[in-house]
Amino acid sequence: MTLAAATNENLASISNTLIYSAMAVYTLAFFAYIAEWLFGSRSKVGRTAAALTADPSGKDAAKKTAAPSVTVKSAGGTSVLERPKVVVRAAAGARDVPDGPGAHGGDEQGDLYGRIAVSLTVLAWAVEAAGVLARALSVQRAPWGNMYEFNITFSTVAVGVYLALLALKKDVRWLGLPLITTVLLDLGLAVTVLYTASDQLVPALHSYWLYIHVSTAIFCGAVFYVGAVGTILYLFKDSYESKLASGGRPGRFATSVMERLPAASSLDKFSYRVNAAVFPLWTFTIIAGAIWAGDAWGRYWGWDPKETWSFITWVAYAGYLHARATAGWKGRKAAYIALVAFACWLFNYYGVNIFVSGKHSYAGV
Amino acid sequence: MTTTDSGKRDDSELDVVGSRLSTAPQEDTLNVPQLGVIGWARWFWRQLTSMRVALLLLFMLSLAAIPGSLIPQSGQDETRVADFMKRHDTLGPVYEKLGLFHVYSSVWFSAIYILLFVSLIGCIVPRTWQFVGQLRGRPPGAPKRLTRMPAYATWRTDATPEQVREVALKALKRRRFRAHVAGDAVAAEKGYLRETGNLAFHLALIVMLIAFAWGQLYKSEGNKLIVEGDGFSNVLPQYDDFKSGNLFSADDLNPFSFDLKNFRGTYETTGPNKGTPRIFEASVDYAVGADGKAKTTRIEVNKPLEIDDSKVYLVSHGYAPVITVKDGRGKVVFEDAVPLLPLDANVTSTGAIKVMDGYRDGKGKWDQLGIQAFFLPTYGGKDSAVVSQFPALLNPRLNLTPYHGDLRVNAGLPQSVYQLDKSKLKAFRDDKGAQVRENLEIGESMTLPNGAGTVTFDGVKEWAGFQVTQQPGSGWALAGAIAAILGLAGSLFIQRRRVWVRAVAGPDGVTVVEMAGLGRSESAKVPQELGDLAGVIHDEAPTAPDPDPDVDPDPDPDPDSEPPVVTAEGAEK
Repeated sequence: MTLAAATNENLASISNTLIYSAMAVYTLAFFAYIAEWLFGSRSKVGRTAAALTADPSGKDAAKKTAAPSVTVKSAGGTSVLERPKVVVRAAAGARDVPDGPGAHGGDEQGDLYGRIAVSLTVLAWAVEAAGVLARALSVQRAPWGNMYEFNITFSTVAVGVYLALLALKKDVRWLGLPLITTVLLDLGLAVTVLYTASDQLVPALHSYWLYIHVSTAIFCGAVFYVGAVGTILYLFKDSYESKLASGGRPGRFATSVMERLPAASSLDKFSYRVNAAVFPLWTFTIIAGAIWAGDAWGRYWGWDPKETWSFITWVAYAGYLHARATAGWKGRKAAYIALVAFACWLFNYYGVNIFVSGKHSYAGV
Repeated sequence: MTTTDSGKRDDSELDVVGSRLSTAPQEDTLNVPQLGVIGWARWFWRQLTSMRVALLLLFMLSLAAIPGSLIPQSGQDETRVADFMKRHDTLGPVYEKLGLFHVYSSVWFSAIYILLFVSLIGCIVPRTWQFVGQLRGRPPGAPKRLTRMPAYATWRTDATPEQVREVALKALKRRRFRAHVAGDAVAAEKGYLRETGNLAFHLALIVMLIAFAWGQLYKSEGNKLIVEGDGFSNVLPQYDDFKSGNLFSADDLNPFSFDLKNFRGTYETTGPNKGTPRIFEASVDYAVGADGKAKTTRIEVNKPLEIDDSKVYLVSHGYAPVITVKDGRGKVVFEDAVPLLPLDANVTSTGAIKVMDGYRDGKGKWDQLGIQAFFLPTYGGKDSAVVSQFPALLNPRLNLTPYHGDLRVNAGLPQSVYQLDKSKLKAFRDDKGAQVRENLEIGESMTLPNGAGTVTFDGVKEWAGFQVTQQPGSGWALAGAIAAILGLAGSLFIQRRRVWVRAVAGPDGVTVVEMAGLGRSESAKVPQELGDLAGVIHDEAPTAPDPDPDVDPDPDPDPDSEPPVVTAEGAEK
């Protein structure tokens, strides 16, 4: 343990420098996203409004005209190839609203700033990931031994998920601003309140299950977080759309922001997919934790506060998935459940560590 | 989201063909039933097994689990419960009545999860039968108006309807659809694993619950403190304390024994986490069965020793000073390692040495000796507080306060080995009348006044606390858990969908091909897949020349072209 202590402390301080640098670059990215939104506000796109208020006689009429209108051509490439077209018909009752153009709102300068923001995010993410790696090397173990390490890894993974979605050509740049804002908060909290000098682990954490259980827990949290951002935006966009559909006139700011977001149904679907995709992994995380608990504490389930809250989180997300398939619960109600579920996750992450003492208390916090 | 009347009408056909795409229960509105017991029972059952009530129960379950994480639980920490009771005079008894100190075995918590599981079973069983019926049947035939489906494609071709159907059937079967020709159309369906996974997941939950309950009934859990050099064999009287489930019997204990050879603990020596444990390991020799061969192994914090379905965990450790007591005649009456209980993270320890038999005082009279012991593995010197400064044995110091008289061990009351009952004991006093107490280093002795003998601190051994648990059913719980994850993945990642391909000769003799796809909601891939399928069929049955100038017949569509992802809400109810 004492061997090469000097280099280890060196690495730890390098890690700290990298984390601070990452915060600086994230801040720049944050301003670039702001700029994107600001420049984007010059554009006067009103697709949602157009789709929902085209026919003053009401929603039903609007739907009838809109229903068969989405036509997908499967032609591609250079030559004009004509395969049969697939006509997609929206389900009855659903608003047929096109997705917004994104934060830049079609504005060229806005788009430029958006691209700059994404590039800066990539840079900051790389620096942060290097910081996490240096931390791991300095302690020669997985960097998940205390809440500081947990936090920096968490935000790295959350941004990583966002960048991966972008790399997969998913239209998720709208996530940028809310995500980076909270990543900055998360890192600020980590370096001030939660900071713990790099150190070895207590014996209870000496297990390969640390790699399995904690890494999946962090990953699930990051993905749930991305899903929760989508859910919140869905709730805003949905009320915006229903206001329009019922003939109301939202304020200028709301119009400017909301028109640039994807349609409520797209946001809803996005967060559903994200949450549903990671739910089995969350199940696995809990079970892996139970197996580890069986090895470390002599019982695989003992209603320790952390266990209890993972269970509550699990039940809440299960409730969300069921609500999505239940008439009368779809839409906003299900979205609220998703937010409650994420709140449970957050409480499990911060609240249980700080306010409740249990078997998951290690190394300070 | 509200559905207008016309929307409902539009959907009625979707309902018919989509009805069996999932076996999800139909949501009834809250109809007040006809009078009569059976009517009410049926109504109650239908409510209980409805998704809405299941949701409600899920909610209640998570809400009900919360207090257990905030209020001390007797199952985890008895002392904190007692402490809570002491501090809250009014709240304590109320909590006690409500079962808030044992939430997870309380009546109301049990009621919720039992109702939830009854609801689950009531939901799963009919769904399973329905699904078996679907598997034995064939995909339903094409609806009249395919244009009403969420994804739709059509073209005209010179191929005959029979040819088109044959091509479609082949293409669908190659893509592993269950497909058959029904009337003028091919009906196909795929993704049955979704429902299988769904049912498997819920079934696995039931298996896990039963395994957990089984484990609770038959489990046993005992603790044993062993000093280095001593041994243990797994029979009931050997345990220091023992808890078991209601249906456990002592015969269920696995026969084995082990000796603790050596315990090793290392601690962080520098930095802010100084004193934090780093390594705990116990070297043991163990033997399985009554006269099995001894094997050597190491038990660590995360690595219990597993023998049959028993697991031996290393749960605690401490120090046991080796003490020799000579009586008034100079005869050795006590020579043993005395385990002391740690009081803090730096293993400041306390305990008692009890010399019950064979002791005579300075005058040769029979007596009993009780010595209160206080031990610091690392004494910080005169200026520091009288607590250990570090958990390892850096500068051990043993503080002894001797008493003599009646230890009351024969009074019939259970007595802690770590505490003296001082009611019939007298302190030793020196010439000035002050109570005798002394700090000893290893190797030092203290002499008792009036020739009452000597007490020598010979050395320190370490002791380790072991927990031996038997929890039957954990294998089943694990199997259930794995099945649950697999089922969940199947039910969330696999899309169940139907495709119909209708080919009929139009009035002008040209065949009209119509294709439609229907999936459950959230399906982005249904139109995409339908596009791909249409491409494949279109290769074999290309678009016929059409008077419409827009349509450009092309017998060789680009196979790489990917239609943009378009979402479609299915007829999911």
